[in-house]
Amino acid sequence: MNTLEIKNLNVTIDGQRILKDFSLTLPKGEVHALMGPNGTGKSTLAKALSGHEDYEIESGEALLDGEDIIGMEPDEIARAGLFMAFQYPSEIPGVTIANFIRAALTARLNEGETFRAPDFYKELYARMDELKIDRKFTSRFVNEGFSGGEKKRCEILQMAMLKPRYAIMDETDSGLDIDALKIVAEGVNKMRGPDLGILIITHYQRLLNYIVPDKVHVMADGAIVRSGGPELALELEEKGYESVTAEPAGASS
Amino acid sequence: MATTPDINIERDQGNFHYDTTYEYDAGVGLNDQTIDYISKVKEEDEWVHDFRRKALKIFRDKPTPTHWASKDLENIHYDKIRYYLSKGQRPSRTWDEVPEEVKNTFERLGIPEKERAYLAGVEAQFDSEASYSNMKEELAKQGVIFVGSTEGLMKYPEIFRKWFGKVIPIGDNKFSALNSAVFSGGSFIYVPPGVKVKQPLQAYFRINAENFGQFERTLIIADEGAEVTYMEGCTAPKFETTTLHSAVVELVALKGAKIQYITVQNWSANVFNLVTKRGLAMEDAEVKWIDCNIGSRLTMKYPGVVMRGEGARGEVLSIALAHDGQHQDTGAKMVHAADKTASNIISKSISIGQGRSTYRGIVAMPKHLKGCKNNTECDALLINTNSRTDTYPAITVRGEQNTVQHEASVSKVSAEQIFYMMQRGLSEEQAMSLSVNGFVNDLIREFPMEYSVELKRLIDLEMEGSVG
Repeated sequence: MNTLEIKNLNVTIDGQRILKDFSLTLPKGEVHALMGPNGTGKSTLAKALSGHEDYEIESGEALLDGEDIIGMEPDEIARAGLFMAFQYPSEIPGVTIANFIRAALTARLNEGETFRAPDFYKELYARMDELKIDRKFTSRFVNEGFSGGEKKRCEILQMAMLKPRYAIMDETDSGLDIDALKIVAEGVNKMRGPDLGILIITHYQRLLNYIVPDKVHVMADGAIVRSGGPELALELEEKGYESVTAEPAGASS
Repeated sequence: MATTPDINIERDQGNFHYDTTYEYDAGVGLNDQTIDYISKVKEEDEWVHDFRRKALKIFRDKPTPTHWASKDLENIHYDKIRYYLSKGQRPSRTWDEVPEEVKNTFERLGIPEKERAYLAGVEAQFDSEASYSNMKEELAKQGVIFVGSTEGLMKYPEIFRKWFGKVIPIGDNKFSALNSAVFSGGSFIYVPPGVKVKQPLQAYFRINAENFGQFERTLIIADEGAEVTYMEGCTAPKFETTTLHSAVVELVALKGAKIQYITVQNWSANVFNLVTKRGLAMEDAEVKWIDCNIGSRLTMKYPGVVMRGEGARGEVLSIALAHDGQHQDTGAKMVHAADKTASNIISKSISIGQGRSTYRGIVAMPKHLKGCKNNTECDALLINTNSRTDTYPAITVRGEQNTVQHEASVSKVSAEQIFYMMQRGLSEEQAMSLSVNGFVNDLIREFPMEYSVELKRLIDLEMEGSVG
């Protein structure tokens, strides 16, 4: 039950099949890395699981703690506990970060529950301090005029505030300099724990030096071709994707 | 007066209707007798009756302005409209004296509650006449006059006649002529020199009858150094047939006076809303229009300020929201007629689905003037690809000692933006609503508190039905 279990997922976009019988099990409390070259379907997985309308799911299941989220609306999936840190977060002009997170939290309230603003701000400021985000940021508009690093930190801030059960981080390391990378990694490491499963999608080993995964999966042509421990990421870094994916699956584990 | 409460609520707050009987009814269609009837039941002076007759002639002679405006104007059938319906010409001073169904209507719209909470005075118009009109006693003691147009012309001709029809002449346009012929209701306000009315005065215009035309006429005079804020709201039930609302609003701000005029237009989608609004600002005076158009089938409204005295200021802050089947044709007119006058126009429009927004602006600064400034910002937000928005700014600035700034932008709420927000747990409607609120946010911050809360709530309501 305490897993995000993806079974035989087949996804097409514009009639082209991108994910081919993709399966992956992410237990709560673990961090998995999903690696692979461009165009193998990593981001497609993130978008399809989040319910993006452009991605057609032809068959398969995605059980979030036993509940199949395939076919649910994006907001229902989000409220069921799946968070995606976007590779390219959208700008929302005129809406401050504080108001945005507040609206997202309010959308999660059950009937009869009320939003408690003082608690909210207390927690927001604490998380911002951890991510070394200036307090003035609360009144800036979501992602508008942000640097690459600011955008990614803002994603992690939202993740910390919304407390998902599972998080998919889609190329969170892209566009980050080494300092920003360390801050983001620190933020994620603080969130690690028995109540959260994290799937880190990345090209590079770099981020995995700071967030050490429990497992590494390598993807090629729409499916996972090899899985292993953190050392698999190092092997990839050394030998390149081509030679690693050429070896039979499971050879290194 | 038997009443059958015939209540049929839809999601929009104003969409309900009580059957009612009218003691006074000018019948269907517009002719000389219509005007004679209105004048007679109002016991008007001969000059007012003449004013109406002259206006009717001008209305008939003027063509419908379809050469620049919407062809939809041709769908107004003047011969099928009822021009005057009332239960009596004298408004009550207490809600207890207001006829039951009228009182119920305004209670459902929350007017008495708001009056107790934060208003200095209220006038509530039901079809052609005000049913209720009251103002705090302390204001009356200070010499403030807040009455309906009928009472204003009858009791205070020496104050109102001087400016009546002067800021907006009868023949300004076809609809100002129509209003001048058949006007009834609206507010007449006079604020004596130096008196600052701290809480807003509120008028609420309610159309209850089908095939009806509401033609209120408002004249506000702020004497030297006086200050007043006036808020108007309006609703109507949604009938199958069209309804016409054509008002004329004239503001006069004498030396150093300030008038702020706030509108929340939330007519049902069968109402033609064709309104002429203009203010005159004398030396160092300020006229500010805050104009929000959310309802109606077609709105044509371009609030203006004529800055006639040195140092006068004019401002129009407007928000228009056009849904499927709606056309918000709005804008502003700024006429600089003295040195060192300054005007500011900020217009934000939101078009949803098949909704259409048009901005028309005029800024005029003649050559001989010095030190005049205008700032114009027009921003349009499109929610889905079928929406349409047009901007027609006309800026006539002559001479080299004046400055003008004009900025316009069109933006879209993209599918990716909505997806991003939904991934955080917001429903599609909540996401759109938040985007729209973000778009108008900087402007709403300029509005009085009670009003911005109301507006945000209305935007949320509007967005509820907008997801297809």
